[in-house]
Amino acid sequence: MGDVEHTQLQVVEESGVSRRNFIKGVIASGAAVSASNYVLRNGHGVALAQAPGAVERLVTLTVNGQQRRVDVMPQETLAMTLRYKLGLTGTKIGCDRAECGACTVLIDGVSHYGCSTLTHQVRGREVMTIEGLESADGTLHPVQQAVVDKQGFQCAFCMSGFVMNMVELTNENPNATRKEAAQHLSGNICRCADYNRILTVAETALEYTRNGVRS
Amino acid sequence: MAEYKLIGKDYTTPDMLAKVTGRSKYAEDFRAEGMLFAKLLLSPMPHARVRRLDTSAAMAMPGVEAILTADDLPEAEAPQEAGLTNEPLYEGDPILAIAAVDEETAAEAIEAVEIDFEPLPFVLDPMESLRPDGPNARLDGNTMAGRDLSTIKWNNVDWNEFDRGVMPLGGEVTDEWQVGDVEAGFAEADLVLDESVFSASLSHQPLETRSAMAYWQNGKCYMHCSTQSTARTEGGMARWIGVDPEDLVLITEYCGGGFGSKISANIQARVTALLSKKAGKAVMHRVTRQEENFFGRARPGIQARAKFGFKSDGTIVAIDLVHVQDGGPYGRSGDFMSAADQASLMYQPDHMRMRGITVYTNTPPKGAQRAPGGVQAVAMFAPIVDKAAKQLGLDRLEIIRMNAPEGQALFGRPRQGQQGNVSSAFAKEAIDKAREDFDWDGMQARSKQRNGTKVTGVGAAISSYSAGTSGIDGLLVIRPDGQVEIHTGVGNLGTESFSDTSRAAMEALDTPWEQAEVVWGDTSKHLPWSCIQGGSMTTHAHTRSNWAAGLEAKKRLQEIAADRFGGSSDSFQVADGRVYRGGQSLSFAQAAERAIELGGVYDGSELPEDINEMTTRSATALQGRGLVVAIKDNYETGGRNMSYVIGFAEVEVDVETGAVKLVDYKASADVGTILHPTNLVAQVHGGGVQGFGVALGQKWVMDPQWGLHVAKRFYSNRPPTILDVPHDKEMGFSSPNLPDPFSPIGARGVGEPPVGAAAGAVLNAIADALGDDVYFNRSPIMRDMILTKLSPELDEAHNPLSAHV
Repeated sequence: MGDVEHTQLQVVEESGVSRRNFIKGVIASGAAVSASNYVLRNGHGVALAQAPGAVERLVTLTVNGQQRRVDVMPQETLAMTLRYKLGLTGTKIGCDRAECGACTVLIDGVSHYGCSTLTHQVRGREVMTIEGLESADGTLHPVQQAVVDKQGFQCAFCMSGFVMNMVELTNENPNATRKEAAQHLSGNICRCADYNRILTVAETALEYTRNGVRS
Repeated sequence: MAEYKLIGKDYTTPDMLAKVTGRSKYAEDFRAEGMLFAKLLLSPMPHARVRRLDTSAAMAMPGVEAILTADDLPEAEAPQEAGLTNEPLYEGDPILAIAAVDEETAAEAIEAVEIDFEPLPFVLDPMESLRPDGPNARLDGNTMAGRDLSTIKWNNVDWNEFDRGVMPLGGEVTDEWQVGDVEAGFAEADLVLDESVFSASLSHQPLETRSAMAYWQNGKCYMHCSTQSTARTEGGMARWIGVDPEDLVLITEYCGGGFGSKISANIQARVTALLSKKAGKAVMHRVTRQEENFFGRARPGIQARAKFGFKSDGTIVAIDLVHVQDGGPYGRSGDFMSAADQASLMYQPDHMRMRGITVYTNTPPKGAQRAPGGVQAVAMFAPIVDKAAKQLGLDRLEIIRMNAPEGQALFGRPRQGQQGNVSSAFAKEAIDKAREDFDWDGMQARSKQRNGTKVTGVGAAISSYSAGTSGIDGLLVIRPDGQVEIHTGVGNLGTESFSDTSRAAMEALDTPWEQAEVVWGDTSKHLPWSCIQGGSMTTHAHTRSNWAAGLEAKKRLQEIAADRFGGSSDSFQVADGRVYRGGQSLSFAQAAERAIELGGVYDGSELPEDINEMTTRSATALQGRGLVVAIKDNYETGGRNMSYVIGFAEVEVDVETGAVKLVDYKASADVGTILHPTNLVAQVHGGGVQGFGVALGQKWVMDPQWGLHVAKRFYSNRPPTILDVPHDKEMGFSSPNLPDPFSPIGARGVGEPPVGAAAGAVLNAIADALGDDVYFNRSPIMRDMILTKLSPELDEAHNPLSAHV
């Protein structure tokens, strides 16, 4: 909450043309390629395919334990690849600029903002999204089970980001206190704002991690 | 209290598994074949006229498929907005929309649009527009007087007074009312506090922006959009896009938050649908965070003069209010009216007057935000009541209690000289229980304790707001497989009332919840007429309508059994998915088969005449699918339905840095019968945290020279984060859980009042930490305000009544 000086940063930052163009490119290009099936048909995409860097576009990603072959633009973000190429819409985009954490995914077990990670950076690494948590037999991950048992979250648009960050927490520090959980989750914003319940979910998830799920 | 099997019990809501596995689909998660992407051209100025517009170069770009401008839309009747405009009234006002094969092409095409703006005068602060020589935000006026746009200037007031931070009196207003005689009331008072106060505008900022995807097939529009209310979005959106309601299919199963900004149809989805129609292809419009900040609506700020008269025992005898509300550029929002109504309800003065005006500004459009007017009322007035308690030497909770409403309390603007009444109020019971549960005396004992540079403060505040409506329809089908389909047209923005209220039907049927299937969020699934999911109405309205539907289904089941086995229908019981008398028994499945055979009132062929047209349409579509029950809630109401929350905050203020840390927060809620405990607590605490934002720094900053936002993203306008709330222990909750006597089940809504309760409690706690007479009369309280207040040699950074600074 509010210090005026932050707004100064905003002005400076937004006046930087290169950053703005980068952001614009990042935001737009994912969608461009997301529609690549259509784009390539009408010839417009051919021009894109000849753009600098285009040679490296076809990459193999490991997402939720599966190898996925995907056509990725150089400036494409992981959040857009997941959502528009791989059909993994559980990862949400709330701000597209590393402010809210709705797009949080795990890369080699470490939480990252999917909106601010270029897809090309995750080649050869393990990406985990909320769709990858549930076991094949339908058993929920302890964090998911904690959400269900505590009726956590409301609109749930922030949920997958929080859940992925909690998965990292339970892996890293299963003995974390409520306060440590708050520190760990502080990169995620929930606008329904029941952080109190979110922390109770985190405590329950940590307890399930230590002692097994009891529901 | 009645013994219930489902009401008042926790359970897992039917949307939970989809949400927690990522399978739930929000508007932007849908794809359609050949889907185009849209980008908007937004106004770079707060007020301008499009002088020249040439879209030919943009349209000629490869991949660009359609351009929609204001000229493609029927003109909106002022002061409404059309969705696109040639006279933008705020920075970010959409001018035109372009659909292209991908978002990058659409963005490039926006850059290729040749457009020239003629800048027009603008105004950001409503008070500046009231000055004799002040600009108007709109060319057609600066306010609505009655049904007409007009211009009002305060020529006869002392503007020097305003420049000293005092709201001048005597200016012309558009609305006023009085009960009793305020002058006589103040004459009776032992203490009169006459304050100028301000509560700032702030955006809703749901985490899901209002993205939409639409396509047309065979004359029907299919729209995936983000709305709080499904049934109540249909009519408005259908009108906007020029189709009959039955030719609009809305898919809105999941809404990523709204807080009042998505109550029904939103104008940007209209643009998406019409762009899709023009392009002849599906169009996805991903609304960016910054766009959401511009057109995602905001709670209007209110600048006010508030005069409160108290008896020496703390009784509030008179309140006199002058409200100037920020109207934004479009529409007509009445927060200042409801602010006065809520003041009247919370403080129950015998004598009260309200005079107010909404003034248009070139700032983002205003709309209802969770307790519209109610939050501003608490933020402005709770500190005045708190201050009086201190000056009169009274307990600060007792002064809230003694003035709180009870029973069928009267309140608000009188109609034909008579104030209306609430259906019930157990606010005093809630306060009494909270005093004990939360150990108010123990909290008070920590007041002003000093730890290094940090001083503890505690505060409490009451907040009331609307919590129900009536006359809504219920619709259910008992299917031949024995399942009970409960149809609901309320949306699902996470309050879970679409499901929680459906439990009333199963409670009436005395049948396990596992036998229920809730049908929601898709108008092709035949939804009944529902209330808006706003103003915390659904819990009350739909427990009533679903209870009525459950009882009606029970009656029909008994009749079917009597028809089968003979005897009177009353001799049959309904429970556990069966209708039975001794050993004679029909399962719901068998009864549903029989209902289809019987037809008439049993299978939906004959429907009640008093149900809404939408319900009739849906029930008719369900005809023959089982035992079909459609019914209107015709129960008595007992008055207007209001709920009450009392917040308790404990803060630590660092007197060297001005930093405020929230140490603890607890709230007590009188919401009638508790419907779903875990969700109730979530609403009270989540709303509370939004109230922390109101009190502690969520606000706009606008550049007065250019009229542009400088705080338009999360990191600069800063809604609360997890570290801004008490996080080393759970926040507290308490409730008297007493049923509203005028409703079956007796549940009232809860979404609105938690916000103000928390905001008021925090404001009072900060004041408490700083002294016995240190009040800010302004929210949010920023660090610089605290430091200036503590250092009399420093001048305040701005006029305490100024907006958007």
